[in-house]
Amino acid sequence: MAEELRIVLRNYGKIDPLNIDSYIALGGYKALEKARGMDQKGLIEEIKQSGLRGRGGAGFNCGQKWQFAYMAPAEQKYVVCNADEGEPGTYKDRLIMQNDPQSLIEGMAICGYAIGANQGYIYCRGEYPYVVEVLNQAIAQAKDKGVLGDFDIEVRMGAGAYVCGEETALIESIEGKRGEPRFKPPFPPAQGLWQKPTIVNNVETFANIPVIVDKGAEWFAAIGAPAYPGTKVFTLTGDINNKTFFEVPTNTTIREIIYKLGGGIPGDRKFKAVQIGGTSGAFIPEAQLDTPVAFDAMAAIGATLGSGAVFVLDDSRDIVDVVTRIAGFFEHESCGKCAPCREGTMRTAALMEKIEAGEGANDDIALLEKLGRVMSYSCLCGLGQAAPTPVLSTIKHFKADYNAKLL
Amino acid sequence: MVNVTINGMNVSVPKGSTILQAAQRVGIHIPTLCYHPDQSIKANCRVCVCEVEGNRLLQAACSAPVFEGMVVRTNTPKVLEARKTIVELILANHPQDCLNCIRNGVCELQTLAEELIIRDNPFELMIRGYEKDTSTPSLFRDPDKCVLCRRCIEACSVVQSVNALGIEGRGNNAMVVPTLGKDLIDSPCVMCGQCIHACPVGAIGEIENIEQFLAAVADPETIVVTQIAPAVRVAIAEEIGMATGELPMDVFVNGLRQIGFDYVLHTNFTADLTILEEGNELLKRVKEGGTLPMFTSCSPGWINFCETFYPDLLDHLSTCKSPQQMFGALVKTYWAEKMNINPAKIFSVSIMPCVAKKFEADRPEMRDSGYKDVDIVLTTREIGRLFRQSGIDFSKLPPSNFDSWMGAYTGAAVIFGASGGVMEAALRTVYEVVTGNTLEDVNFTATRGFDGIKEATVDLNGLEVKVAIAHSLSNARKLMDQVRAGESPYHFIEVMACPGGCIGGGGQPITKRNQKRVERIEAIYLEDEGLPIRKSHENPEVKVLYDEFLHEPLGHKSHELLHTHYHDKKKKYL
Repeated sequence: MAEELRIVLRNYGKIDPLNIDSYIALGGYKALEKARGMDQKGLIEEIKQSGLRGRGGAGFNCGQKWQFAYMAPAEQKYVVCNADEGEPGTYKDRLIMQNDPQSLIEGMAICGYAIGANQGYIYCRGEYPYVVEVLNQAIAQAKDKGVLGDFDIEVRMGAGAYVCGEETALIESIEGKRGEPRFKPPFPPAQGLWQKPTIVNNVETFANIPVIVDKGAEWFAAIGAPAYPGTKVFTLTGDINNKTFFEVPTNTTIREIIYKLGGGIPGDRKFKAVQIGGTSGAFIPEAQLDTPVAFDAMAAIGATLGSGAVFVLDDSRDIVDVVTRIAGFFEHESCGKCAPCREGTMRTAALMEKIEAGEGANDDIALLEKLGRVMSYSCLCGLGQAAPTPVLSTIKHFKADYNAKLL
Repeated sequence: MVNVTINGMNVSVPKGSTILQAAQRVGIHIPTLCYHPDQSIKANCRVCVCEVEGNRLLQAACSAPVFEGMVVRTNTPKVLEARKTIVELILANHPQDCLNCIRNGVCELQTLAEELIIRDNPFELMIRGYEKDTSTPSLFRDPDKCVLCRRCIEACSVVQSVNALGIEGRGNNAMVVPTLGKDLIDSPCVMCGQCIHACPVGAIGEIENIEQFLAAVADPETIVVTQIAPAVRVAIAEEIGMATGELPMDVFVNGLRQIGFDYVLHTNFTADLTILEEGNELLKRVKEGGTLPMFTSCSPGWINFCETFYPDLLDHLSTCKSPQQMFGALVKTYWAEKMNINPAKIFSVSIMPCVAKKFEADRPEMRDSGYKDVDIVLTTREIGRLFRQSGIDFSKLPPSNFDSWMGAYTGAAVIFGASGGVMEAALRTVYEVVTGNTLEDVNFTATRGFDGIKEATVDLNGLEVKVAIAHSLSNARKLMDQVRAGESPYHFIEVMACPGGCIGGGGQPITKRNQKRVERIEAIYLEDEGLPIRKSHENPEVKVLYDEFLHEPLGHKSHELLHTHYHDKKKKYL
């Protein structure tokens, strides 16, 4: 094991991203042609059978989601690509969009055909203006080539709000409103953009689609962990030798990613913890490094795959300090709509700062735990629900680090 | 129907019901904060969370739809801990001055704290430190008390289409703020006060004038005279522990004497007068080809709305002052003369269901008597407070009559308090004036009811008069846009800024449900039916006023005292 397998990054470095012909020369847009030869139900069934689950973090079965939107009766439906890649330490979507934009566009067009939508939007992170350029050129070329048929795509830019990575906040933002999540249900496949059935998938999810259509569900389902098949792109940061990206099958373990692909910890330092999935990911201790990077295996240890960010800390790092900074991040990024997140992220940050400053007591840790617990199942959206994870997971696995700072 | 189990109890509810609605069916009250029965679902306070079997996340009862076989638990330890923690969080930045808060005793947050048995809040008190906004004479904002439920925003934007309130900042810096400027006075706010009813706490309230009233009463030289608007009586009962409409008018009058008024008169008197002036104005416009449709001008929130959003259509507004201001101009001229009282000594107080009336009384053009025509305006809520302050038991209070010359009124004036009432009152008079016939049935039921826009056609001896009635400003906006587009088929349009008319005004007892407004409307029509005279032109004291003082509708004195003009108040960027 521990070898790269490039599916979504299949064309990385092999094509000229600004030249659609080089994409087509490597078999691009054959999948879209093939999909359009299938009936919609059959196509959706194929995606379902592949077992592909959303790569944005929630891990919902992609084909099933498409089916909801397909079944929803409406004259107008939409396909939205979530390219608001806001997780610190994550750049997998940028890799795909910059190096192989046509695979994303083709994936969206296949989805459009499947659910009966003729309009797509790519909601691109505000900090990626240069990516927007690439996308716009790629879309123009695809239109010129006529490969998209009646399917159209527009790029919309975010303005830097982390919460707009949440699909309903993203939808609100496209509609020109304040980027704030909606309550669910109704879910976007039933009522999404402008209240119409809408599929919101991540860039990485869409990039998988043409290959699945091309090679078949069975081929895909056999790769990686059976319940979460395929590959996952990871971006490695922090105290690790190879600060780069890897695409691996989902039965690869965290240890393999860090020590084999990542080349381990620099210098004489020892491993302390790894945070996977972005800022809201759990901090994973040494004892859990043999967990495979599959959705359910990660969930079993209270962690997530999230965006695929792998943030490694060596033993010189102050966990409490790191988590205090993270708490400040969430205080800053909470949209302020729901009470437990608006107040809870602020209180979490304040309590963490108190402990970090050496002024905390056991009661403060207990309060952090209660607050985090309540937020995790009461907040309106994923931001507030996941925001306490770094705090709760470090109190659980690195309690001694906290105790060392108490009064 | 969908079968659901709530706390072990089975219940069938219509498809599309929420957990909150299903729980009500089995008698389970789920606490809420951002929920408002007449507004869209917000699900942002998270206080109503419940456990649903098979779901790790708690579900907001206000927004979560039920499904067949759903198993809900509303009071598990997990649920109770979540609710309590959320309310503790909200309370931890909420000023702890409940005892001197304007909403003490009528605060949803206070109720929640009691229901959730909140004692020692583990979160340190951190007041946000916003400045209180007292820029308008009608409303204050106290952002420190805001719980960000956003109900005021919906009342302002959806019900009223005014959009004076919006949200700014994010996370813990998110705050409800006036749009287009720093303070409410900079915003397009029309001061209707519907945000007060929407607010669960004391973050928005009326500017009180109680101290000025008490000072006037304390001064032996000052003669304190009051006028009561028709919508006040039906609702004041709610402030003193009685059912809507239950307080008899003559007992109410005595109550007002008890708190210090020297003379108790009635705005109904000038409501009848308004009908004569406005009715004749309409007939004049119809006959002489004046600007039509003509709009009523009694509702000051509506006048503000017109001046702000439709300054190009101000000619459509009747030039009649509102009954409050007609009264104000007359009490310090006609009435003072008749009573032989020095008008300089009169302190004129109006008791209104309205907060925009406070702004109206302060308008510089409202000084035609040579003094400030109406010195202060007290809302129904403020009068309720004064009654409680004086400890009056209305069940034991003997009745008392209105004072003379501006205290007599008809049923037509009473119904001014309900949406459609001004129109009906006008029709009762205009019909008889134009046709010369006696109206057999004075009830024009087409003008009644809670529909947002009502319309009717009346045959006046071959003259077809088309009328329309709108209540709440989003409905008024529809009729205004029609006029602006030159497509309005109407001659006469009544607009009341508040839902249901004045009975739903911003100064009324805190009103969460429109159902309460409907009850007050019923009480208004009941009062009308019980009165011996139900047509404005038959008001005996109004006849005396014309005989002795005004001489004729739209005459010289009327123009001087009873009519006004309007101003373009369009805001920059609007």
